[in-house]
Amino acid sequence: MEELGWGAITLAIMKQFLPVWIALVVTFVASIRYKRRLGLYGKLFDSTIGMIGFAIVMFWVFTALFSDLVVTHDVLAQISQMKNKLPGTPTPDGMGWYLLGGDHLGRDVFSRVVEGSRVVIQIAPVATLFAFMVGVTLGLPAGYYGGRLDTGLSFLANLILAFPVILLFYLLVTPEIVETGLPQYLAIILFLFPIVFLLVLVNSRFYVVPEFRNKVMIAIAVIGGYLYLSLVGEVGTKVAVLPNSLDLIHVPGNILIVFVSVVFVNSPTVFRIVRGITLDIKTRDYVSAAQTRGERPWYIMLWEILPNARGPLIVDFCLRIGYTTILLGTLGFFGLGLSPESPDWGSTINAGRKLLTIAPHPAIVPALALMSLVLGLNLLADGLREESLKD
Amino acid sequence: MLKFLLRRLLTMVLTALCLTFIVFFLTNLPPNLEKLAKSEAGSRISDEEVQSWLNKNGHGSPLVVRYGEWLGVMPGWRLEENGVTTGRCIERGQDPETAPKFCGVLQGDWGFSSVFKDEVSTIIGTRLGLTGLLMFWVMVVMVPVSLIIGVLAGMREGSKLDRSLSTFSIASTATPEYVSGVILIAVFASSMVGLKWFKGTATSAMDNITFENFFLPVITIALYGIGYIARMTRASMTEVMTAQYIRTARLKGVSFGNVVMKHALRNALIAPFTVIMLQFPWLLNGVVIVETLFNYKGFGWTLVQAAGNNDIELLLGCSVVAVVVVLTTQLISDVGYVYLNPRIRIS
Repeated sequence: MEELGWGAITLAIMKQFLPVWIALVVTFVASIRYKRRLGLYGKLFDSTIGMIGFAIVMFWVFTALFSDLVVTHDVLAQISQMKNKLPGTPTPDGMGWYLLGGDHLGRDVFSRVVEGSRVVIQIAPVATLFAFMVGVTLGLPAGYYGGRLDTGLSFLANLILAFPVILLFYLLVTPEIVETGLPQYLAIILFLFPIVFLLVLVNSRFYVVPEFRNKVMIAIAVIGGYLYLSLVGEVGTKVAVLPNSLDLIHVPGNILIVFVSVVFVNSPTVFRIVRGITLDIKTRDYVSAAQTRGERPWYIMLWEILPNARGPLIVDFCLRIGYTTILLGTLGFFGLGLSPESPDWGSTINAGRKLLTIAPHPAIVPALALMSLVLGLNLLADGLREESLKD
Repeated sequence: MLKFLLRRLLTMVLTALCLTFIVFFLTNLPPNLEKLAKSEAGSRISDEEVQSWLNKNGHGSPLVVRYGEWLGVMPGWRLEENGVTTGRCIERGQDPETAPKFCGVLQGDWGFSSVFKDEVSTIIGTRLGLTGLLMFWVMVVMVPVSLIIGVLAGMREGSKLDRSLSTFSIASTATPEYVSGVILIAVFASSMVGLKWFKGTATSAMDNITFENFFLPVITIALYGIGYIARMTRASMTEVMTAQYIRTARLKGVSFGNVVMKHALRNALIAPFTVIMLQFPWLLNGVVIVETLFNYKGFGWTLVQAAGNNDIELLLGCSVVAVVVVLTTQLISDVGYVYLNPRIRIS
């Protein structure tokens, strides 16, 4: 087997990504075909920048989805002859190539980057969503009621914001702190917010039809409560509520901690944004109209103010996923939380940076991957902002 | 104005107290203390011995009392054993009678680092000096470049120049320091690409700063900030450029360059000022990453060492500095915004 040149490497990588290309093309053709019926999502396809951003983001989403088809080697398999080998080096058994070279332990850089996208795509959007639920649930009343509640919550938010992020990570993610169960207690509080949010949302809307409301609320409480308990609890840790047989979701301890700290860092900023928008919107006429109609406060907040705040919130959501990706990379870069074996981009950059002057490719490839994803999200947010301003 | 300032100062002190208490709580949890005892008194000691070591060294009292001692508002602990009095404020060999009653952060006694075997205050002093140099050069590069980019992009909204500069700023905000640092080192310092214009480490810059060893760390931190400040400047510039008085000036026949320089710039630079001040806390992050990446032993590097090695007193010292820096810049940005913006100043 011969070494591949750069042209051949590019070609082989393109071929490896074939399922992703097909999925991308299908998405784009379908979206452009029906774009007039798809609301804001459809309008995205009117802006070039937005489309480019969307394409990059979806590329990584599909890569994460089809990563089992895309990878060429096992992400943990080490071939000692392949240590720090250049891109395009054939493996000694003659079965294939290390398309983007080998890292310091002789693992395939290409496969690790592809597999690493899975970690990011799994954690970042969900963590951002949780942060939004926390921020919205607290920011709406703070902005709407004002007064002491606002002062108190704003003080708390500023408190967290004044913490240097890295110090906070070090304080939350070190093994000694994890041993005390503190991140799990934090998870208990933070994960409660989505359920509270949904319950209040349903209650405020269907208050006048108690029968229907009761059914939906019981369903949310049971399903949400079960998911909640199986998410925060894990047998063998400080918080073990459900027995192992009933525990549906097994989140590895360190992933949960990473997740919690990312949500914790993001929610104060979301809180501030939501509070600011609420302060602005509550002076509008339709809010006064609802107040005169005698609607209750939570109905006004969730069904009058929130839908009208969606534009800036959607844009910020995209930007914030990018920021969360950067935070996840930072955690990996300092070797916090995720296991050193993990193929996520931050950890891989951290492992590769020590040999940067001799063999840069193990660090550069994940660095470019992370950059492209965040760039895609920023472009997408820019496109969305432009299109939502046009209304 | 005075009342506003006073209220802000009061909130700031309260925030600082809360934050330091949280850090104190998190660094003084039982597992941390146990690890400290084991590293100081031997790793094979039993649980009882750990407990007695902790009691002997003043870690046995309630958390709030220990926090008060550390802060310097409670008298330091004293312990009499076999006729020898030891205590927080009594140095080895010192007569207990002459020792001060209070010794905490407020008295300037920051404790002793268990990793570097030195006074915390001296360590932080020297490290902050090194980081200060780095920050100074970052500011020198970042502020003018980002303002120029922002103003150039914002003065003609939608033009080709605007499009390309905006794309550049988006790209730079999408590149965190650990990504740009890695790429820059690989391109300009590795043997693979072969440019080797700069050095991949900044260790030698601690004694002697040269362009060769300091350019990469500075540009790495600056790059991430440039995009953000430039976008803010652009936004405020485009807003100012659509204002009535600018149109009036243009219609009167003032040249475009003059309108930008004399009429628009002053008003457009109020918002970026706040943004630049608020960048400081977040620059702290960049400093930690870049100092680790380039092995420049400044404040950020010290923070990582302290946090990674369970050096409780050094970590507390670092967080006090970090918190004070963050809160002070917030205060300056608030006051500066009020002072610069006549609409708020007069009301």
